[in-house]
Amino acid sequence: MPFNHPQFEATIGLEIHAQLTTSKKLFCFCSTAYGAEPNASTCPVCTAQPGALPVLNQEAVDLAILAGVALNCKINNTSVFSRKNYFYPDLPKGYQISQFDKPLCSDGHVDIYLNDTTVRINIERIHMEEDAGQSQHHHYGTLINLNRASTPLVEIVSRPEITGAQEAAAYMREVKNILVYAGVNDGNLQEGSLRCDANVSIRPKGQVKLGTRTEIKNVNSFRFLEKAIDYEIARQIQVVVAGGRVVQETRGYDSAKNVTYSMRSKEDAHDYRYFPEPDLLPLLVDQARIDKVSSNMVELPSVRAARYAKDYELPQSITATITSSRALADYYDKLVSIVGDGKLSANWVVGQVLRALKESSPENAAENIEAESAVDPGQLISTERLAELLSLIKEGLINNNIAKTVFDELLTSTASAKEIVSKKGLAQVSDTSLIDKAIDGVLMRCADQVAEYRSGKDKVFGFLVGQVMRELKGKANPTIINDMLKKKL
Amino acid sequence: MKSFTIAGLANSLRQKKISAHEIAKETVDRYKNDPSNSVIRLNEEKLFEQAVAADKLGYSNNAPWLRGIPLGIKDNIVTTDTQTTCASKILEGYQSTYNADVVNRLALAGALMANKLNMDEFAMGSTGEYSQFGAVLNPCNKDYVAGGSSAGSAAALKAGIFAGTLGSDTGGSVRLPAAFCGVLGLKPTYGLVSRYGLVAFGSSLDQIGPLAHTVDDLAAILEAVAGRPKDKDSFYWEQDSTLSPVQNQPYRQALVTAANKKLNIGVLDLESLSKQSVVNDEIENRQNELISFLTKKGHKVSKVAIPSIQYSVAVYYIIAVCEASTNLARFDGVRYGKRCSSGNLEEHYTKTRGQFGAEVKRRILLGTFALSAGYYDAYYKKACQVRRIIKNDFINTLNSHDLILSPVSATTALRCGASTDPLQTYLNDLFTIPANLAGLPALSIPVGRDKNSMPIGAQIVGRPFDEVTLLSVAQSIQTEFYKEAEVENAI
Repeated sequence: MPFNHPQFEATIGLEIHAQLTTSKKLFCFCSTAYGAEPNASTCPVCTAQPGALPVLNQEAVDLAILAGVALNCKINNTSVFSRKNYFYPDLPKGYQISQFDKPLCSDGHVDIYLNDTTVRINIERIHMEEDAGQSQHHHYGTLINLNRASTPLVEIVSRPEITGAQEAAAYMREVKNILVYAGVNDGNLQEGSLRCDANVSIRPKGQVKLGTRTEIKNVNSFRFLEKAIDYEIARQIQVVVAGGRVVQETRGYDSAKNVTYSMRSKEDAHDYRYFPEPDLLPLLVDQARIDKVSSNMVELPSVRAARYAKDYELPQSITATITSSRALADYYDKLVSIVGDGKLSANWVVGQVLRALKESSPENAAENIEAESAVDPGQLISTERLAELLSLIKEGLINNNIAKTVFDELLTSTASAKEIVSKKGLAQVSDTSLIDKAIDGVLMRCADQVAEYRSGKDKVFGFLVGQVMRELKGKANPTIINDMLKKKL
Repeated sequence: MKSFTIAGLANSLRQKKISAHEIAKETVDRYKNDPSNSVIRLNEEKLFEQAVAADKLGYSNNAPWLRGIPLGIKDNIVTTDTQTTCASKILEGYQSTYNADVVNRLALAGALMANKLNMDEFAMGSTGEYSQFGAVLNPCNKDYVAGGSSAGSAAALKAGIFAGTLGSDTGGSVRLPAAFCGVLGLKPTYGLVSRYGLVAFGSSLDQIGPLAHTVDDLAAILEAVAGRPKDKDSFYWEQDSTLSPVQNQPYRQALVTAANKKLNIGVLDLESLSKQSVVNDEIENRQNELISFLTKKGHKVSKVAIPSIQYSVAVYYIIAVCEASTNLARFDGVRYGKRCSSGNLEEHYTKTRGQFGAEVKRRILLGTFALSAGYYDAYYKKACQVRRIIKNDFINTLNSHDLILSPVSATTALRCGASTDPLQTYLNDLFTIPANLAGLPALSIPVGRDKNSMPIGAQIVGRPFDEVTLLSVAQSIQTEFYKEAEVENAI
């Protein structure tokens, strides 16, 4: 539901940290593969040994450029790395190499489709930086794992223009979707490949100046992001209405209790003492490199959705659903190329295939969102097998309802659609003589309803069709029933 | 006791007059009897191991020049064969898992190492008295300091323990101790020698540089570590992003060719530097004698004024400390070094980092302040802008001159304990700092002794990557103007 309050409006800005899909870290040659033994994927550079120096991973730069292009940004020809200084045990150098006043990308945007309208959210900047390591707190102490330290990240900073929690979650989904399409990020929120901080403030309706903001850190699920922001907006309103002031602070989100809680207050706010990184040269990116990187760009969700709308005459709600994950969209494209029918394929992809995906994985079902973890539908049912099923419908061999039963069977067996239909005798009756006989039978038995229909009650027609279908054990071609029944009445 | 030179040892090895094993034994003896405290540690076992290996490979005419010859390595250059502590308690016991690029290159060139030379803690100091492992004394006279921060690199050389050493120079740390001890010291052009494995102090200023008794020796060490090696692919990967793509040059050979070139020499006009430049009379007189010599040799000598140099100390002591304050943030006792355990995180940090010496703490505080919110523009940013002006002034002067001659410092070696005011001590770096700010090559040459018999040095600063010109002038000075006794009597 969009945020709507009589007295207040909310402003949200999101900072999304996305890990780049490089095989090596940002400044050294260690592997970024997930799941290694703690501290096994490290070297003198990413553990900040004395004398170690960074060397920029050019593959990471290309992916960052790709992210910028995919998010409609201007790619800056010169950008500069900076040291962001603070002390924490999982930050080996005592500073993070990031980009401060001269980021790689600026002034981009993303269009999100929400509540039947399209909203444009502008992106302030995208910059490159290295990730920190991980801390695990126990009662006996804290364990530090530096496998993640120095993993390449892009930080995507939106302008403070988002107006509510639902919009924020939709924006984050769309950004994630675009990054996954572009091959920049693997979209795996559970593994922490994508993380989000939300800056939230409220102000009296109509006031231009933004209110004091709080920062909700490290929310790594769309659903929790939405809930956390909802809670925080309500909390801030409550504070202000009671006569108090919102304190500028960092807050965390407790998903079990569905509350945000204070982590650090402004007094502890960091002065990061940014200055240009002297161990790295300024990053020069020329138009030729941008062009080369862009030429490898896959068809992004919005472009694909537009193509589907045009080529297959699909409404926006359907194209948005199909393009909501790259896996689903790629599956759809492949299906259409075999079946040749965009509308039919769309109905089945957003219908039965999506349902099967949600049921196959508890997280998907629980989160109630379209394929959050980018599961490939092809793993449930291959495009070839589904295409065969759809062709049986097109040929008129089975009707839609029977096809749904066959679909469920296809998920669990290795038999083909044809085999299942013949084995179970599911082929629908198209024999007009049989249908004729059935219709005659129904017309005789339901003489009252026939009279009602002939006297003007059109609704009864459906009842009569249903009766014919029952007579034929559900396997009749509904179109033929309709035509013949109409003629007889 | 005679000093070694690299050439002397190399020839003796080839003539089979001596073995690497015997050299190593003599080195260890001298180290054990060294009154100057110039060597922090020496791994005898490893040194003999390396010596035996060298002897096994032999000394044919194709053998690399440095094979079998021990070189001293400053304690801020990491090696796997000995601990590295930067003369600080906070790194006590630290064993690096990798070798610095220069160490790999020297090993490839056949040199023996397995030692670390004493220095001012984390390279912060100009007398050699800030080591947490005891001050370094000047081998010419133990009542005087050796100079810093590469104190041990100069002293161990002068004391005859090593035939050549490596130091590091951020604001004069190779050139100043070289001048105080009467040896040659070179700071190469920024980007010529890899900093990978040099514990960082001022990242945009640091360079590793060689010290030696003779120019030929200096060239031999430089040759081994400078520029891209020719067979790069068969070796290792240089991991310093600030390296220049220049190729390795055979400096010893190049010296011969450059020998008789007539040059345009600019003498730094000291009056243009205002009050900061009160140079000791003896130093100024000696420089004048040197100028006469150079003029007689056919070089064109004229005065050059670079007034912006008067801002160099202020600029340096902002930029260097700012960079240092962040470079030293990694010394937190979490992953390596001496950790002072504690109940909570804040105490862990304060107790562990409390192990830094006073000068190190002073510079970290200065640097943190100068980068902090509200002060960045006034200090760090402004310093960088003035740095650019100083650099431009040097480049302009070097358009019409091949090199710039000046003193290395206003005085010869100070007495031990005489430097009590840190800010006053900083002013001693006035003549050496500009070459670091401008990234230019600079060489310190012994040119005489003062009335207390302490060495006097002269400095020449050259064009980027024109080390050859500096070396060739130094060679002519050493052959025909002045030679230290050790050079005369070297083995």
